[in-house]
Order: sequence, then C-alpha cells, then structure tokens
Amino acid sequence: MPDFARQAKLLLLFSRGLLRRWGIRSIPPETFTTTLLIGSVVTLTLLWPSGPASCQSPPADISEQPSLHETTGEKSEEGDAPPLAEEITLLSAQEVIARDAPSDEGGAIVVTWIEPEGAEELGARGLKYEVLRSESPEGEFEVVGELEAGQNEFLDMGLVDGQAYFYRIRSVLGSHRAESAQTEAAFSQGNWFRRYRLNTLVLVIVFSSLVLYYIARARRAKRVYIRKIAGLNAVDEAVGRATEMGKKILYIPGIMSMDEMQTIASLAILGHVARLSATYNADLEVPNKDPLTFAAARETVKEAYLEAGRPDLYREEIVNYVTYDQFAYTASVTGKMVRERPATNFLIGSFYAESLLLAETGQTCGAIQISGTAEVHQLPFFVVACDYTLIGEELYAASAYLSREPVLLGSIKGQDITKFLLIIALCLGVVFESLGLGFIKTAFRMQ
Amino acid sequence: MRKQIPLLLTFLAGTIPIFAFFVPERHVGLVSTGLDSWLIIVYGFALLLGVVNVVQMNTNKIKRRASGWPYSIVLLAGLVIMGSFGLLGSFDVFGGIATRPDGSSTPFNWLYTNAFLPLQGTMFALLAFFMASASYRAFRARNVEATILLIAALIVMFGRIPFGEMVSKWFPIVTEWIMGKPNMAAQRGIMIGAALGAASMALRVILGIERSYLGIGKGE
Repeated sequence: MPDFARQAKLLLLFSRGLLRRWGIRSIPPETFTTTLLIGSVVTLTLLWPSGPASCQSPPADISEQPSLHETTGEKSEEGDAPPLAEEITLLSAQEVIARDAPSDEGGAIVVTWIEPEGAEELGARGLKYEVLRSESPEGEFEVVGELEAGQNEFLDMGLVDGQAYFYRIRSVLGSHRAESAQTEAAFSQGNWFRRYRLNTLVLVIVFSSLVLYYIARARRAKRVYIRKIAGLNAVDEAVGRATEMGKKILYIPGIMSMDEMQTIASLAILGHVARLSATYNADLEVPNKDPLTFAAARETVKEAYLEAGRPDLYREEIVNYVTYDQFAYTASVTGKMVRERPATNFLIGSFYAESLLLAETGQTCGAIQISGTAEVHQLPFFVVACDYTLIGEELYAASAYLSREPVLLGSIKGQDITKFLLIIALCLGVVFESLGLGFIKTAFRMQ
Repeated sequence: MRKQIPLLLTFLAGTIPIFAFFVPERHVGLVSTGLDSWLIIVYGFALLLGVVNVVQMNTNKIKRRASGWPYSIVLLAGLVIMGSFGLLGSFDVFGGIATRPDGSSTPFNWLYTNAFLPLQGTMFALLAFFMASASYRAFRARNVEATILLIAALIVMFGRIPFGEMVSKWFPIVTEWIMGKPNMAAQRGIMIGAALGAASMALRVILGIERSYLGIGKGE
C-alpha cells in the first residue's frame, strides 16, 4: 500500500511538471469533467466483467453432481450401429450446469459441461453429445440438441419462463452411451439490461453529456469557433454560378434511404440549397432513387421555398422519383447531365459504385461539383472528380455550419472534445498494448 | 402541432431502437421490431408515390413535347411491360415470375435476363473507363503530394498483378504495407470522425435540435 501511494504521488508530481512545461497552470473545469468521465468509462468497464459468460455467476440452485452412469462397451437397446473394433471406456460428461441465459429476453437456458477424459481422442472416432431435457426430474428426457465432441455449451431456446427444466448430457459413440447426472431445476427469465454492453452505454452517456453540455453553453451565447470548410463556403458560389448561367442545379441526395444518417445530413444541405435557389430564382432538380428519401426531399424543398418567401416558384417536378435500381438511376442522372448540361452538381449523401460514374460525367460536362460522403471507399473518386468534397464528419457538420446556429455549433464542439478524448485513449491503447497490457482494448470492445 | 408531432415521432422512432439495443426485455424487442415492420409498410406506400410521380412526370413531358420526350415513351413502355408481367406473374399467370418447372423462362424472367441485366452490366462496365480517365487526372505529378500519390498508386497497381511479383517480390510486400498501414490509418481516422459526426447528428435529430431535414430551419 505505501508503495502504491508513493507511485501515485510520483505520477501526480510528474503530471503536474509536464503540464507546467506545456504552459498549463490550471485545468479548465470542462476538461477536468471530461477527463473524469472518460476515466469513469475505463474504470467501470474494467470493474464490470463484460463477457456474456462471465457476467453472471451460476445460480445457487444449480447442482454440480458427479456422473451416475459409466458404460464400458455396453450396447444400447436401440443401437444398431456395428460395435467398435476394440473395447473402449466411454465416460459421461462432468459438472453439467444449467442456468438462465444471461442478458437475454428470456426463454433460454445455457447448459455447460466438462468433457470426459479422452474426449479429444474419441472425438476423432465420432464422439457426440446429446442434450436431454425434461420438465420433471422423474419425467421422460427428450433429446433437444446434438453436438460434436469439443463443444461444451448448448443454448436451449424457445422455453417457457418460470417453468422448471432438468438436463442431462449423453455421450454417444457408435452403440456406446454414457449419461451424466441430471442438473437441478433451471428456470429461464427475461433480463432488463445487456451487461456486456455496459461499456457502450457509458460511452453513449459520456458522449451525449458532452454534446448536451456544449449545446447548453452555446445557448448561453458563448461564441463557438468552427474552422472554415471550403466545400460549404462554395455552396453559395455554386448556386450563384448556375443562376448567372441560367442553367440547372442538380442535387443528388445519394442512393440510400432515410435510415442512413448521411441522407438526413444531405437533406439538411438540400434545404439550404433550395432556399438559395428560391431566393435567386435558380432552376433546381432533385432526382431520387429511394422512395422515402424522395418523399422527405419533397417536403424539405417545399418548406425551403416557403421559407424563402417564394412558394410560387415551387413545382412538383423539382423533386422527382426515378427508379429503385442503382444503375438505372445512374443511367438516368448521367443522361440528364449530358443532355441538359447543369451548371452545378451536388453529390451529397451515401454513394456506392455509382459515385465515380456520376462525378466523372459531371466533370466532363463542365459543371462545378460539390460532393460529400462518409463512405471511405467512395471518397477518393469524389476527390478526383469534384471541385470540393466534404469528407466524413464535414458532411454531418454542414447544417450547423451553414445555419450558424450556436446550438448546432455547440454540438460540433462536444463532438470534437469526444474525438480528442478518443485520440488520447488510442495513444494510451497503443502504449499499453505494446507493454502487453490489454485493458484499454478490453474497455472499448463492443459486443 | 404541424411541427411538434413529427418531432415527437422522430424522438420515439430514434429512442426506441437505442433502448432496445441495451434492454433485451421481450416487450421492448417487440416494439422495436414493430417499428421495423411499420417502416416496411411506409416504404411500400412511398414506392407507390414514386411510381405515381414517374408516370405523372413523363406523361406531362410527352403531352408538352418537352425536350427528350421520346425517352419518356421508352421509360413508360418499360414500366408498363415489366410491371404488367411482374404483377400478372405474381398471380401465377404466364407461369409466375421465375422459371417454369420445365426450365423455360417466364416473360418476366426472360425480360429481366435478356434486357435488364445486360443494360445493368453495361452501366457497371463503364466504370472501368471512368476510372481510367479519373486516374489519369489524379496521377499527374503536379506537386509533391500528387507525386507521392502517383508513386504509391504505381506500387499498389504493380503489387496487385502477377507481373509485379514477377518483376520483384517486394512489390506485393510494399503494397500490403501501403494498404494495411498508412492507407488503413487514414481510413480509420475518417471513419472515427464520421461515426462521431453521425452520432452527434443523430442526437440532434432525436432531441429535435436539428430540424433542417424537415424543412424547418433556423431553430424554429
């Protein structure tokens, strides 16, 4: 204990010296809070075992009894398989335990056992385990599962919660049978929390707290700095260009549905583009692949025209549906690009194989192109073929950036602080992992 | 009410799956899977809305003799023919929509295999040509960064073909290193940033702070 205290003191002095060397005399309260929170994540996760098997100790009513039957070359009544060439000793499974499956919705019991001696050797000769179940200790046991040798866990599902179940494990090798003792009554029940997701919950709470804290701070009229994003600064210029040229603006909101965050982020940008188009009386067109995105985009554009004070300029043709097929959609949009030569193309959302087809066609048509996606495999294509590209998180920051609402900007700040903390955790993880200590990796393992 | 109800629905639709992620209780799971079923139903109606929009738009185009109106005829003809064979096939007319028991194609299947798939394949095949033209533009050694990109790309291309291995056994090794280390590190950096961005956006949407996707802007 004194050693531990001495080490802690030394660590504290070293940290203070390091902070002073970096010119940090006092720690801001929010940094202190966030450090405390991330510390709590690691500590809690370490203290709380995370694996489904280890998160619940066996209930008291479970027996661990020795085997009752051992057979030596004994032929079963129904067994019609040829007897083994040599005399063998088949032992039954040991320490058969049945318990409620942890962290589940109920209706499941886990049966575990220790394989008998020589199971590995007999496994090669076809040793199997049959899981037998009965609803009463004296009742008839029926086979509910069959497993190969080498396996020692069986998940019995589709059970009735609160009903008692008894299990036996029968070792089977050819005509030989050896049955274990039966377990005591096991009951299945539903649980209220998936304990193995505790680390995820703690991270969600920390992240949400940080975001909400900075939103609240922004509400108190604190100025929030956000770096310039060239792609978003160019939006006004791109709409202006199309207006001056009297040509179309083509806005492609990706090919995914509304359950994809990139599509929602894209619609937020579409709202801004539609407002600008309405203000400048520019010609906007939004072809859609997904029907839900189509319905949502239509509402977004309609509201934007209303908000800009130009509902008279809104036409149903602005937002149109093309097809649900990926390449048919691509063919339609690229055809439109070639025929109508739009001045500006926005390719913002979730894209897959069609990304380069769309971007490269737009490039050859001479349009100014602003793209944005979080799909890492499509980003290089957009970077090559478009004038501006919103990379990953820039896409999600777009609505805050364009609206300049302090509340939205506050959430970006919270997100950045979390990223900073994750970078620290990553660096620590690299150091500790190199030293052979894997607890940081364990703390962040998601199941 | 016009704004409050969508925001309330968004809040519920956003929080229930999160709740179900942590709570394994049966009823919570049922509500969450129920939401998924509702999504499928809503999706079906939205698709119908889409089809109606396609028909309306193209019919108007043909009526007005707008530019490119002949394409609209082709589109509507395709929609009607494929749609009819598909719909009738689902009632087992013409032997269904897949192949018949004797192995012959139903009309829907024949059109799908002989018209739709080749067209789809053609579009996908264009990707190779676009990739070549995009690579040509990207790999011009205009500055130091572009030159590094060019060298890295050449090594990776050589490392991925048998000829590269024939020239030197180092090409595949260096390729693996480039793809597995610097490339993967950059990709993961982007992915972590994007994941946090998506989570932050989801939180804003669930709490009704972000409303621009509803067309409601400027914190109304």
